Amino acid sequence: MQQFLNTALSGLTLGMVYAAFALALVLIWRSTRIVNFAQAPMAMLTTFVALVVIDAGHSYWLGFVAALVSGLVLGAVLERVVIRPVEGKAEINAVILTLGLFIVLHGLAAVVFGNRYRSFPAPFGLEGLTVGSTTIALNGFGIFTIVSVLVVMGLLVALFRFTDVGLRMRASAFNSEVARLLGVKVGAMLTLGWALASLVGSLAGLLIAGGSLVHPSYMDSVVVFGFVAAVLGGLDSPLGAVVGGLILGLSLSFVSGYVGSQLVALAALVILMLVLTLKPGGLFAQAAERRV
Amino acid sequence: MRDRITAVRRNVLARHLFLALVGLLVVVVVVESISDYRNTQLASMAYLGIAAGGLTVLTGTNGQLSLGHGALMAIGAYTSALLLPDSDSSLPLSLVILAAVAVTLVVGAAVGLAAARLHGPYLAGATLALAVAVPGIALYFKETLGGEQGLRVVMPDIPVWVLDLAFFVTGQDLSRSRYTAYVGWLTLIVVFVLLANLSAGRTGRRWRAVRDDEVSAELAGIDLGRARVSAFMVSAAAAGAAGAILAFTVKLAAPSAFTLTLSLTLLAAIVLGGLGSLAGALIGAALLTFLPSVVTDVGRSAGLSDIQAAELAPLVYGLVMVAVILLAPAGIVGSLRGAVQRSATTRRTTSPTTTKGTAS
Amino acid sequence: MLTLSSLTAGYGPVTALEDVSLTAREGEITAVLGANGAGKTTLLRTVSGLHRASSGTIDLGGTRLESVAAEKMPRLGLAHVPEGRGVITELTVEENLRLGGLGRGGRVSAADLTRIYDLFPVLGDRSAALASTLSGGERQMLVIGRALMARPTMLLLDEPSLGLAPRIVAQIFGLVRTLVREEGLSVLLVEQNARSALSVADHGVVLNLGRVVADAPADELAGDDQLRHAYLGF
Ligand SMILES: Nc1ncnc2c1ncn2[C@@H]1O[C@H](COP(=O)(O)OP(=O)(O)O)[C@@H](O)[C@H]1O
Ligand SMILES: [Mg+2]
Repeated sequence: MQQFLNTALSGLTLGMVYAAFALALVLIWRSTRIVNFAQAPMAMLTTFVALVVIDAGHSYWLGFVAALVSGLVLGAVLERVVIRPVEGKAEINAVILTLGLFIVLHGLAAVVFGNRYRSFPAPFGLEGLTVGSTTIALNGFGIFTIVSVLVVMGLLVALFRFTDVGLRMRASAFNSEVARLLGVKVGAMLTLGWALASLVGSLAGLLIAGGSLVHPSYMDSVVVFGFVAAVLGGLDSPLGAVVGGLILGLSLSFVSGYVGSQLVALAALVILMLVLTLKPGGLFAQAAERRV
Repeated sequence: MRDRITAVRRNVLARHLFLALVGLLVVVVVVESISDYRNTQLASMAYLGIAAGGLTVLTGTNGQLSLGHGALMAIGAYTSALLLPDSDSSLPLSLVILAAVAVTLVVGAAVGLAAARLHGPYLAGATLALAVAVPGIALYFKETLGGEQGLRVVMPDIPVWVLDLAFFVTGQDLSRSRYTAYVGWLTLIVVFVLLANLSAGRTGRRWRAVRDDEVSAELAGIDLGRARVSAFMVSAAAAGAAGAILAFTVKLAAPSAFTLTLSLTLLAAIVLGGLGSLAGALIGAALLTFLPSVVTDVGRSAGLSDIQAAELAPLVYGLVMVAVILLAPAGIVGSLRGAVQRSATTRRTTSPTTTKGTAS
Repeated sequence: MLTLSSLTAGYGPVTALEDVSLTAREGEITAVLGANGAGKTTLLRTVSGLHRASSGTIDLGGTRLESVAAEKMPRLGLAHVPEGRGVITELTVEENLRLGGLGRGGRVSAADLTRIYDLFPVLGDRSAALASTLSGGERQMLVIGRALMARPTMLLLDEPSLGLAPRIVAQIFGLVRTLVREEGLSVLLVEQNARSALSVADHGVVLNLGRVVADAPADELAGDDQLRHAYLGF
């Protein structure tokens, strides 16, 4: 029973991170019909930025903010310079391009920061909390993870629902031509969308790294989990991404706890193939079929 | 008309066999004239070339993208390792390669069946998941698959007739690394002849028809699913053979050799070399094999530390890959189509022996 | 006043508009008529900057539009309701309207929305509903209302009657007429449904295969039997 509870708790924490990462993928997919596989190394790179700041003697929080800001800038710059030319072109080009970026960012990090494991601090205790006399698998950093993802999601919802910029961004994503006719600078909205997505990805990177090790490829499997979570939710729906992330986090946590952590990625693959075969439009899709 | 088609096909086959023979001669000359160290590099180029050749047929000819070819190579490599556990395994290498191909073919069929319905980013994501998932299997089944350490591959003694033949042809004793290079390159030549023939024939026409326009392909009576699955299986089989050669070359099958980076690197190879072309795959494989030391030297002389310089090569492939996509304005698929159309026109107006097919 | 002079436009080798000149006068409804493929949609898309003319000029009240970007048009007083209406179905009715208001620059006030809800009471009733739940007629009202949110001086309408029942068409055309009379709006109305369009328009221009074949007051066009049979199909 206790193991079950602890597995569920760590699944929940992990699920929040996958949800954030899936959200980043969905934000970009909705507006540009591109799955940004480079999201993983982008988040890795910004986490290294945080590490540099922290290693220079500054506080964790300054590093945290530096990572998020550099995520924002990196997303905007990549969209403007690299992605813009392939938007609306054959989809295989965009896929290859984001994979090329994947290799570039990996290589860049390996050259600049070294191809080795480095430990990354956490701002809160990693000791499990105690309830009564038992220790549960939820620690200070876990709570911080859940809260910070919830806060960022809340801010995004507020931005999209209640602000003019959010309305313009949604309009650009849904129907860019009509948005242009209504005076929306669609290009700027796409750049902003990539910037925000990259910021959310960076947050996921920081949360995965906290109290653990970072390495140029430490986010590689997360992009797979984020993608699976996003597909579970339908790839088009931010809410779906969050729910998909939680479902995946819980499932993978149980696989890891009861079968073996080595098979986590295989489980994700199986879940992905099941969804794509049985409900290609995602778990919440109505009758409308989607070409996958 | 029918006779002419048969004649053309016979011509294509003759041309491929001729190229194979020329290739074989070049291989013998090169292998005999370089050092053992370079021969190990040459063997690496062979397995990268075989895998890239399979991938380029899939992506260039059938329009499917796979990031899972590193994982398929792992399956070929582990199969070989399981068949070559110690020095008294008497299985000839050709049978080991065939076994690796067979096992990968079965896995490739399963993956291909699942993948046939997917396109673009979905296919990329699913095969990416495959690439990340497969090394975990080796870690989980520690007993049989050796876990983190992997499985050692013990190469059997070189058969006496091979030693005799080598001595007869070259007048020198055949070293082990030369032998591995020969095995790798012979396999490459066989695989390439098969791939080139498939691409040039009716199967290849179906693959291309499906790539270019699903609707008209279906109207023309082509079973889309079958065309996709068969392309994936052929491509997977090549990856399996590549995995076997990798196992022979590095004498080890371990999870660390089959990271996502390997799959991405293969993709880089075919993009660098030009999608859809076997010659391009070979060029890409050569770049992957020989560029790193050049780039590392350049990096070192530019003031980078040894460790940093060693990481430069992937950065260069990645940059070139991005540049290729951005600077081919019609997009890869577009320029590919242009090339196909141009070569189709030449094919109609000149004799088939002088054409440059997309899979040559 | 919107004036097009010698406008030529096409898609690669296909010429869709050839040497088209016409004027849409202030405070009038100018109908552009013609069969499917005549070039009507291309004409509107070229005016609003979604498509580029290969030669010719476009002038809106003294401002040259040929190289102005589409997203700048609302600020110049031009609103374009595209073919197929262009409702953003994933947004609510009110969000669609607010988006229209944002095009002018600045914020959208409650008064702006109230004005549209007064013109189209159905939209007021459904303001919080997703636009995907609206009927065809309601959608047409929504996109006209959305265009009006930017307070345009020139409104381009691309086949508003398409797929609507005659009663609804009459209602919508009546409303457009009222707007022109009461607010001095100018309208360039593209239609295949020539009979209805001419009944509401002041002036008519007939396009055939990308060329202007007639340009006359609406009642004159409606009375020209030969022209009606040849190009207008009624
Ligand atoms: N995107 C396009 N690409 C190529 N040709 C087009 C395109 N859009 C329209 N055309 C061609 O331009 C001509 C005019 O089309 P259009 O302006 O849509 O006419 P209408 O709106 O009067 O039906 C037609 O011959 C049509 O086939
Ligand atoms: Mg039209």
